[in-house]
Amino acid sequence: MTAAVGSPFITPAGRVSAVMRQVLYALVPATAVYVYWFGWGVLINLMLASVTAVVAEALMLWVRRRPLGLFLADGSALVTGVLLGLALPPLAPWWLAVLGTAFAIVAAKHLYGGLGFNPFNPAMVGFVLLLISFPKDMSMWPDPVSPQLHALGFLDAWHAVFAGYLPGGAGVDAVSSATPLDAVRTGVGLGHAVDAIRKGDVFGLFGGTGSEWVNLALLGGGLWLLWRRIVSWHIPVALLATLALLAGAFHLLSPERYADPAFHLLTGASVLGAFFIATDPVSAATTPRGRLLYGAGIGAFTYIIRTWGGYPDGIAFAVLLMNLAAPTIDAYTRPRLFGQVGSS
Amino acid sequence: MKRRLWKFPGGIRLPGFKAMSLSLPLAHAELPPRLVLPLRQHIGAPAEPVVEVGQTVRKGELIAQAREYISAPVHASSSGRVVGIGDYAVPHPSGLTAPCIEIETDGEDRWTDGADTARDPDALSVDELRSRIRAAGIVGLGGAVFPSAVKLTPVPERPIDTLVLNGVECEPYITCDDVLMRTRAADVVRGARVLQRLVGAGRCVVGIEANKPEAAAALRQAVTDAKSDAVEVAVVPTVFPAGGEKQLIRVVTGREVPRHGLPAQVGVVCLNVATAVAVLDAVVHNRPLIERIVTVTGPGVRCPRNLIAPIGTPVAALIAQAGGYAVETPRLIMGGPMMGIELAGDGLPVTKASNCVLVEAAPVQAPRPALPCIRCGSCAAACPVRLLPQQLYWYAQSAQFDKAQDYAVFDCIECGCCAHVCPSNIPLVSYFRFAKTELAAAERDRHKAERSRQRHEERQQRLEREQAARAQRRKRPARTAAPAGES
Repeated sequence: MTAAVGSPFITPAGRVSAVMRQVLYALVPATAVYVYWFGWGVLINLMLASVTAVVAEALMLWVRRRPLGLFLADGSALVTGVLLGLALPPLAPWWLAVLGTAFAIVAAKHLYGGLGFNPFNPAMVGFVLLLISFPKDMSMWPDPVSPQLHALGFLDAWHAVFAGYLPGGAGVDAVSSATPLDAVRTGVGLGHAVDAIRKGDVFGLFGGTGSEWVNLALLGGGLWLLWRRIVSWHIPVALLATLALLAGAFHLLSPERYADPAFHLLTGASVLGAFFIATDPVSAATTPRGRLLYGAGIGAFTYIIRTWGGYPDGIAFAVLLMNLAAPTIDAYTRPRLFGQVGSS
Repeated sequence: MKRRLWKFPGGIRLPGFKAMSLSLPLAHAELPPRLVLPLRQHIGAPAEPVVEVGQTVRKGELIAQAREYISAPVHASSSGRVVGIGDYAVPHPSGLTAPCIEIETDGEDRWTDGADTARDPDALSVDELRSRIRAAGIVGLGGAVFPSAVKLTPVPERPIDTLVLNGVECEPYITCDDVLMRTRAADVVRGARVLQRLVGAGRCVVGIEANKPEAAAALRQAVTDAKSDAVEVAVVPTVFPAGGEKQLIRVVTGREVPRHGLPAQVGVVCLNVATAVAVLDAVVHNRPLIERIVTVTGPGVRCPRNLIAPIGTPVAALIAQAGGYAVETPRLIMGGPMMGIELAGDGLPVTKASNCVLVEAAPVQAPRPALPCIRCGSCAAACPVRLLPQQLYWYAQSAQFDKAQDYAVFDCIECGCCAHVCPSNIPLVSYFRFAKTELAAAERDRHKAERSRQRHEERQQRLEREQAARAQRRKRPARTAAPAGES
């Protein structure tokens, strides 16, 4: 049954493609800020991931004998590509973006049945695959305060991504540094106080140099999505609030060992995760209370992984863990029906 | 006076399209040469004909009577001759035929005796009022067509304190109640007083959507004129489906009618404003329900308007009086675009339930194909019952109907909000209707199987009893014979 039988006869208001398009619009300011601080590698990642996503989507649709035009037009593959592209380290080798995106679309999306049927967020599956398989490449982040990085033009960045070294012959690590989350983790592990660690160049006013502004731009885009009612407030608010609460509690307990809430909110992928990744409707919980729990779970897991886990950031793992729990959460958080007395 | 209002869950904002049918004044529809009156224009048992083919009838004369408690009689809506009693096509989603009485009108429109003798409703006892309402064949004119006399017979265990009159009319395009409230505001208030007396409700709230300021002003004036402080006018926000009975009760009283329960359980009786006027006509003038206001509107008619149409008038006659079709291939919808039913043709008659005939251009191209559900939850946010349509859809399309029932598919009021907001264009309401039908069929089958199992067991027991009795009979002579044989 694809056509309506009986009422309503009024033309439906929304469209999937419009939803996806607005998600992309909301990412534009943050992308610009990101490029400003971290160079052209950001755009190259975006291009690689987007092209791979659309090609992989088309290929899988063709293999699965689905109407190509209809499903390509929904824009969901492009969103997956863009989100993964934004999550990867700029100047990472080209095959990283291609491999991760192809895996996201082919395995995480289409092998599970395509749009609407994937239990896991495809972009995060691709990201985690890369993180586990290529930890060295995935931790090679450009240093936003390196003058050398900002001297690189688009073609230089292109060269670095495809040749694996900078035009002068130096390795990409010449313009790289540890990310703020990584620096804090390593520093605290060595017994340094958070305050002392944060005197380093990669740290800005609240989070990391540059990345804090990317996060603020993402926050702006996210709030715009809330205002446009593309995403509901439940997941982002619960996620960020839980992350801030946990960070605040531990920071009060021991300020030398645990960074403050602002740092956690504005570093790493917190805001991207809260507004753009955790809110992927297909793999998230859907009931209002369920979304609160789901968001809170991601916030908690993110803090736990960042603080005590083996990886500097935890958003991707936290999202996948809560993806697993989403159906159960939904089953236990059914809203009270209109006219339902007591609980049932 | 600003009164407190409450909110119901979900709901959506829809374009109104109301002005198009309000530019021409309300007028009487012309008497058609033939009227087709379905015997079942209400919820409950069909009425039974009390006339024969060939018999002449007068306007307002009883032609089919209600034998059951939940039923309503049918009256001739004009004078003429009965030319047929049998199955005719009726406005119903199934497109099936149903028993009807066909009258060839004589054009004289002569009233039957006894009608039109004005009575003061206050001089009548509540029992007399009720029997007049019952005899007049009055049913809820908001669309649910439940026999009003039944609704107006409260039981002592459930005292009623509030009468809610529904003048919300939340569906796009429809303006028949708007026009009624503008033209007969005083009668709405007088009808409200009669209804209040019947149910013993101390106060009455008339709910009107904010997009009908003229109707609200007319009613406020009527309330002032009647010097009645027991009737209040509440202007409710324009959110679809604010006109749903349970939704309106929530908005104006803050009370939530229990699932599968009745408004009486929260001390409320809710009737449409048009029903209140019909009740007044019945008790004052002894006039049965033989006509109603029908909105004939939509982009597919030339001069959209409201017409007072005798029940049984073919839709085609009304469309002709609204200037005829403005499109080559019209699509006819009875009711509104959200919850109405598509008509198979314009030969079908107007019934007591027909508030609107909406004429649209038939879609020239196939509708946008449905995409997979992305579980965005927009449907759940729009659902006025707080259902989880995304879950229901999942269970309905995978034929897990028991799960759909567990997720309360029967609480779905089929308002269409979910389907309207769905970005994937999934015909959700169609899926839910399908699930309900399947569940009802399964329930019938279970019932049948249970009955035949009982019958089988009873037969088995009977056979055993008979066998035992036969054995007893055989034994008894044997026992009496044995001693004789021994001796």
